Amino acid sequence: MFYGYGPLIASGTWMTLQLALLSLAAALLLGLAGASARLSQRRVLQWLASSYTTLIRSVPDLVTMLLLFYSLQIALNQFTDWAGAGQIDIDPFLTGVTTLGIIYGAYFTETFRGAFQAVPHGQMEAGIAYGMSSWQVFYRVLFPQMMRFALPGIANNWQVMIKATALVSIIGLSDVVKATQDAGKGSLQLFFFSLVAAGIYLVITTLSTLLLVWLERHYAVGVRKGEL
Amino acid sequence: MNEILGILHEYGKAYLWSDGYRLTGLAMTLWLLLLSICIGFVLSVPLAVARVSRNRLIRTLVWLFTYVFRGTPLYIQLLIIYSGIYSLESVRAQPLLDAFFREGFNCTLLAFALNTCAYTTEVFAGMIRETPYGEIEAARAYGMSRFTLYRRIILPSALRRALPAYSNEVILMLHSTSIAFTATVPDILKVARDVNSATYASFEAFGIAALLYAVVVFALVWLFRRCERRWLAFL
Repeated sequence: MFYGYGPLIASGTWMTLQLALLSLAAALLLGLAGASARLSQRRVLQWLASSYTTLIRSVPDLVTMLLLFYSLQIALNQFTDWAGAGQIDIDPFLTGVTTLGIIYGAYFTETFRGAFQAVPHGQMEAGIAYGMSSWQVFYRVLFPQMMRFALPGIANNWQVMIKATALVSIIGLSDVVKATQDAGKGSLQLFFFSLVAAGIYLVITTLSTLLLVWLERHYAVGVRKGEL
Repeated sequence: MNEILGILHEYGKAYLWSDGYRLTGLAMTLWLLLLSICIGFVLSVPLAVARVSRNRLIRTLVWLFTYVFRGTPLYIQLLIIYSGIYSLESVRAQPLLDAFFREGFNCTLLAFALNTCAYTTEVFAGMIRETPYGEIEAARAYGMSRFTLYRRIILPSALRRALPAYSNEVILMLHSTSIAFTATVPDILKVARDVNSATYASFEAFGIAALLYAVVVFALVWLFRRCERRWLAFL
């Protein structure tokens, strides 16, 4: 059915999934850190975090990706030249994870900031009154409630991010896009294999929608919705 | 710093509007954005009305269109339209189709317009659904026909309420135009890539492009804020 290119496409899909999941992990961590910085008492941290999100969100992902991919390599070359070591080539996978993590970290920062602010202040005060440390207040009280408000935003960002992984093939990663394009050129069935790529992405986004609906139900335990 | 000045001196014009032969850089990006946004808007209004139609078949067909276009990356849609369709023998045999799909610009415009149309349709359909019931009831009581109801009551209010979400979509579309260079359209990023391969000053070449995009985003945000202040004054 795939003119013998099935294994190539399967490994490309696996590559895309790895890229998406690792970038998600990086972006979530950066987002949490960014949101804490934006909500912190320190002026410097607030300023740093807000300029990070403003800058990143105003530049297209592809431009940031190419900027980091080429400049990091040049900076690394200068460093290895200076240190007298041989050239180290930056791996497109690592660049992909780093750049997608940095870019979507900015979007997650805004999502988490809104969600933290949506948790009533009294909840935190009650936690402190019980003698919890600030870390305990965070993971016992704030985090689980914050997730309720953050999930729709997380879901949205995730869907956008999966689609952004397709761009990493432009800097040379052998992901599902590259695999299907190579298969298409090899078998002269470019149209068919491009449709296959679209189909694979459609399956991934559909499955994530289902998973996210389930997660939203999970975190909404104990919430009574207003009845109209 | 000298490097940036050198690049600006040599390629500044290409970054902004022309390389001497054709539209390039910022002007190309904005032209592409404007065309795709306009085509997408014109198509999405009737589609949004169809999306909330009482007829199940029409509703599902429009849903299928938006679902597929929102569930797949724009880059792949562009690949399908640009290299995929043109690789078909039957398309190249037709002179009209051949002439259309041979041009990278046409393919890019088609892909962008369809993509933004899908997102915009969902935004507008959501707002049409949220039209207060009383307004529709009142319009019916005045004896308005369905067409008049849409033209006078539902659409003016829904399109206004959609403005914040729509401005988001326009900004995302501007970001998406950066993939146009893969179909040989000479937009900002194409110029930046050419400068990068000519000078090896990657940081400066892409940095200027990033700055140009950021300026356009800020201008769009300002513009939409003014529109919102004017058309959403009643909220």
